[in-house]
Amino acid sequence: MSESHDGAVVVAQDVTRRYGEGETAVDALRGVSVDIAPGKATAVMGPSGSGKSTLMHILAGLDKPTSGTVGIAGTEITTLGDNDLTKLRREHIGFVFQFFNLLPMLDAKENILLPLTIAGEKPDDGWLDQLVDDVGLKDRLSHRPAELSGGQQQRVAIARALISRPTVLFADEPTGNLDSATSAEILELLRRSVAEYGQTIVMVTHDSRAAAVAHRVLFLADGEIVRELGECDAHTIHTVMEELAAA
Amino acid sequence: MGRFAVRGLLSRKLRTALTAIAIVLGVAMISGTFVLTDSIDQAFDSIFTDIRKGSNAVISGKSAFDLGDQTGVSAPTLSESLLPEVRALPDVAEAEGSVDSDATQLIGDDGKAVVSGGAPNLGFSIANGDSVFNPLTLVEGDWPGPNEVAIDKETAAKEDFEVGETIGVQAEGPVERVRVSAIVQFSSGLTIGGATLAGFDLPTAQRLFKKVGQLDEIAVAAKPGVTDAQLVREIEAILPSHAQVRTGSEQAVSDAADTNDFISFLRGFLLAFGGIALFVGSFVIANSLSITIAQRTREFATLRTIGATNRQILGSVMVEALVVGVVASIVGLFLGLLLAEGLFELFDAVGFTLPNSGLVFEPRTVVVALAAGILVTFLASVYPGFRATMVPPIAAVREGASLPGEPLDRIRGTSVAALVTAVGVVVGGFAITTTPGNTLVSALLAVLGLMLTLFGCALFPSRTLGAIVSCALGFAALVYGLFVPDLGTTRVLLWMGVGVLLVFFGVARVTTRLIPSLAAFMSPIARWAVFALLVLFWPLFTLPYWLLRYGAWGPGAAGKRVLAFVGGSLLNPLIFGIVLVMWLRRALTRWEPEWPAEFPGVIPDRSTTRVGSENARRNPQRTASTAAALMIGLALVTLVATLAAGIIASFEGAVNDLWKDSDSDYAITAQNNFSPIPIDAANAAAQAPGVVAVMNVRTGEVRAFDETIFATAVDPTARELIALKWKDGSQEVLANLGSDGVFVDDGYAKSNDLAVGSPIELTFASGVTQTYVVNGIFDPPTGGSPFGNVTLSTEAWDAKVANPRNLYTFIAMKGDVNDSNTRALEKSLAAFPNAKAQTRQEFIDNQISGLSAVLNILYVLLALSVIVSLFGIVNTLVLTVFERTREIGMLRAIGMTRRQVRQMIRHESVITALIGAALGIVLGIVLAALLIARVDFLVFSFPTTQVIVFVIAAIVVGLIAAIFPARRAAKLDPLQAIAYE
Repeated sequence: MSESHDGAVVVAQDVTRRYGEGETAVDALRGVSVDIAPGKATAVMGPSGSGKSTLMHILAGLDKPTSGTVGIAGTEITTLGDNDLTKLRREHIGFVFQFFNLLPMLDAKENILLPLTIAGEKPDDGWLDQLVDDVGLKDRLSHRPAELSGGQQQRVAIARALISRPTVLFADEPTGNLDSATSAEILELLRRSVAEYGQTIVMVTHDSRAAAVAHRVLFLADGEIVRELGECDAHTIHTVMEELAAA
Repeated sequence: MGRFAVRGLLSRKLRTALTAIAIVLGVAMISGTFVLTDSIDQAFDSIFTDIRKGSNAVISGKSAFDLGDQTGVSAPTLSESLLPEVRALPDVAEAEGSVDSDATQLIGDDGKAVVSGGAPNLGFSIANGDSVFNPLTLVEGDWPGPNEVAIDKETAAKEDFEVGETIGVQAEGPVERVRVSAIVQFSSGLTIGGATLAGFDLPTAQRLFKKVGQLDEIAVAAKPGVTDAQLVREIEAILPSHAQVRTGSEQAVSDAADTNDFISFLRGFLLAFGGIALFVGSFVIANSLSITIAQRTREFATLRTIGATNRQILGSVMVEALVVGVVASIVGLFLGLLLAEGLFELFDAVGFTLPNSGLVFEPRTVVVALAAGILVTFLASVYPGFRATMVPPIAAVREGASLPGEPLDRIRGTSVAALVTAVGVVVGGFAITTTPGNTLVSALLAVLGLMLTLFGCALFPSRTLGAIVSCALGFAALVYGLFVPDLGTTRVLLWMGVGVLLVFFGVARVTTRLIPSLAAFMSPIARWAVFALLVLFWPLFTLPYWLLRYGAWGPGAAGKRVLAFVGGSLLNPLIFGIVLVMWLRRALTRWEPEWPAEFPGVIPDRSTTRVGSENARRNPQRTASTAAALMIGLALVTLVATLAAGIIASFEGAVNDLWKDSDSDYAITAQNNFSPIPIDAANAAAQAPGVVAVMNVRTGEVRAFDETIFATAVDPTARELIALKWKDGSQEVLANLGSDGVFVDDGYAKSNDLAVGSPIELTFASGVTQTYVVNGIFDPPTGGSPFGNVTLSTEAWDAKVANPRNLYTFIAMKGDVNDSNTRALEKSLAAFPNAKAQTRQEFIDNQISGLSAVLNILYVLLALSVIVSLFGIVNTLVLTVFERTREIGMLRAIGMTRRQVRQMIRHESVITALIGAALGIVLGIVLAALLIARVDFLVFSFPTTQVIVFVIAAIVVGLIAAIFPARRAAKLDPLQAIAYE
């Protein structure tokens, strides 16, 4: 990408996204530009319908923008074909979902290793052991998702996202389906992955405590970035959110 | 990925198993067919080899052309004087003459002939029980002497015949009483199913078979060191022109020729039904896979987000399908062994016993059955597989994401569709027209052409247009196959098969469009039909079930419960067993049956049937494919029923036409209604008091214009006893055929350019040739001619044919049909137990009864495809219930009772079944009408009773299919159902 975005691993410029046509058309994004710095966690916040999910889907290559460009690790992805996008996902992208999206017929270990299996790669045993240790699943590896609690399932999902050491990990409301104690554990896990492995994270959330682990918080409203905060506490974020909701 | 596919299958055991059943049944039918026919083949082969074991060479009469079985004429006999000449040959060690007859009736203790369906009643001579030529061994008693008979073990056991007993035997003449001297069996222990064996000493046999001084065969054993070929050459030198000699093994092969034809016919026939079941199964699989894939959208999307390519998704779906195909095919293969046993029983039950010397399991059976099952599964999974690749990764994060569009959308377009279809038509048409299924290449080309055509039709952007094109091409193929002359049987069948396939495909596709209105139309019908059926079932099933359960663990006083229990057991003892098992289970485990159970009602709730009917309409494609599977089975059943109704109506019409304005009162035929019978029977009947006139119809094969045709012969009395429609000539022709006159049917006259006065040269089985003159041309009645192509006088016939036989005999009596006349005829036929006298209506009914046996076999075989489609409905419903878990939970939460849930599912099921039935029945009748339009001797007749039965059967299929899914749905706990993610 251009020099102005020095070191950024994900770069979006003037991204717009319009759903539908004519009078019923909805502009989910109205010209968003953003750079995601490596080794940092970025949170995207905003009220419902602000376009935060759409932004993440487009940054992750799940959805295509109506106009604008998106680059991941130096590759312009909006013009990529399906096969190149798949290849890009294998090398550079990890996902963590609100509903975990584990495969029910596979046990925890198989779920974690799934991205490598799909890519036909051999797992690095040291890395796997370390990861399993870090997410605290050592004695749960042979359990199926149905035998795991919600928090444990999300740990499996995080380990799955990290196993291929992706350039960037996208998390879509990672605590949205968990109670607050479990949420705190999961957030700590995500924070440590940034601190210890230097993992880049982009997280969409409307939980201010989740956003508080990020180094940078972007606020979206009506398809535009309206505020940006650096590292700050949950209370500050909460206040900004209240303001946005009131506006 | 493959490993995960298998794991996925294991985690969806029930759904996978339900899908697999469709393939299991089809493959079982194919494997069963091979096992059955191979087993029969082997049994016959060993019997025929056994019979010729001791013979190095066999001399027999040579007919001028190949003769069929039981046609009324047989090969010329040999003179007894040939035997000493053969014995005198230098290399002959031993030679023995024999006579035989395939219509030697044994008379049971009840005075009736022992017959079992179409199995032959074999009579033969045993000149010397100890000779090498005798394939039989004694079980009990001694080899027969004069006026004695040896009987096979099975018949003896069945009829309670014992050595020393005197029994009746009838061959060519009247019944004779003979003593049973021995019970015998083939040395190898094999039996010919249903056939009776009767062995006599040579003079007795010659007398019974009216072959005194004659032999049918001479078996020859060579001296040591003489080769068979050498022996044959030596014998050939002294043979008269009407005799032939073959080596023992050659003779065995020639003996087996007829049965081999029969076996390959049976094989093709049964394989066709296996193919149909597999075809229906392919619909079931494609549908199940499509639904499963729609339900797994999020799973595929997740896989895509973590780096799975389209191809990997496709691969995993295909691997799943292949695993199902392989496992189902293997299960089906072995189920086929059981099915073969079942088929033996089935044929036995309809009076058509097949010989069985143990099941034969050839490698070919394994290969073909597995290949067919796996291939069908594979093909059925291609489309659902491609559909799975259409899942976008974003579906992983979107709630309730559905599949966007169809895979074909990328290339869909009218011109592309038309082009692909056209290429398919050209390739397929070319393959069928030029080399009809002779070589593997043309078979593959034909399949390729068909596939391309189907694919092309699916490519049309307008579903309706594609369906119309498919139907139009299908009907075009049908019409072409049926109405273009001289295509040959194989091609006609191929065109028809392809045509029917295309029509089915088209109708199945267009049905999707019709589902909403069809479902709305069927809803009240389903509601009232189910109501009517349940009213019938209620006191027999639901009420006793409820009473028994109340008695077993309901609340209330002990006396009340005992009363309920007793009442329930009296109403239906079968259900008693079920409740007993439930009661035991409750006693032994912690299981608690559902109680209080709702008191069984029969009136379906309007609200639940409303939701049920909406459910049937909400996914038209799913309902359409499910109904289409049933449609195919019902279309074929209806086709068969309509054809049968047509045949019966036509035949009845023909007999009535023939009998109209004629003096005939009675007809005499063989007990089995079709075998030619000795003329002595009719001669005896003619002696009955009150007989005014007798007309015999003899039959047999002759050769004319280089073709083997059926010829008949009639008595001059035919002028009064039957009425023919004449093209050229009059009833007088019948009386004045004389020794050289014939009359021919209209069609035969046209194809051979015959007119009154034309000469026609006939060659008889004995090799004698004579020229006759055409005296008249008649127009055979629609529904079947009583005569062959060429008919001569019985006088001329008997001059050329040894041991002539009657196909039937018509008799006119004073006082027409009345009890005393019937008794008089029966009395005169007492010595001919194989002959029976019957009135016109009895004659019609008897002739049709053979058809009923065939019909019953067809219905049983087609029932298999209906069962496959039943599993299709079960499968769709189970998947639907699974998919709507949350919705059903919501309905329960807002107050829907379990019974209402069951009613809802049941209603959806019955509507689906009724749609399938309606489409199938209409299609079946259309196809039948088309066929009937082609066949001259058939008239169309609507099979009202059968259609009503089929509709009821379809409703019952719907009800049965709903039982299991409805129970599952009713069992769902409302809370869990809502919390379900």
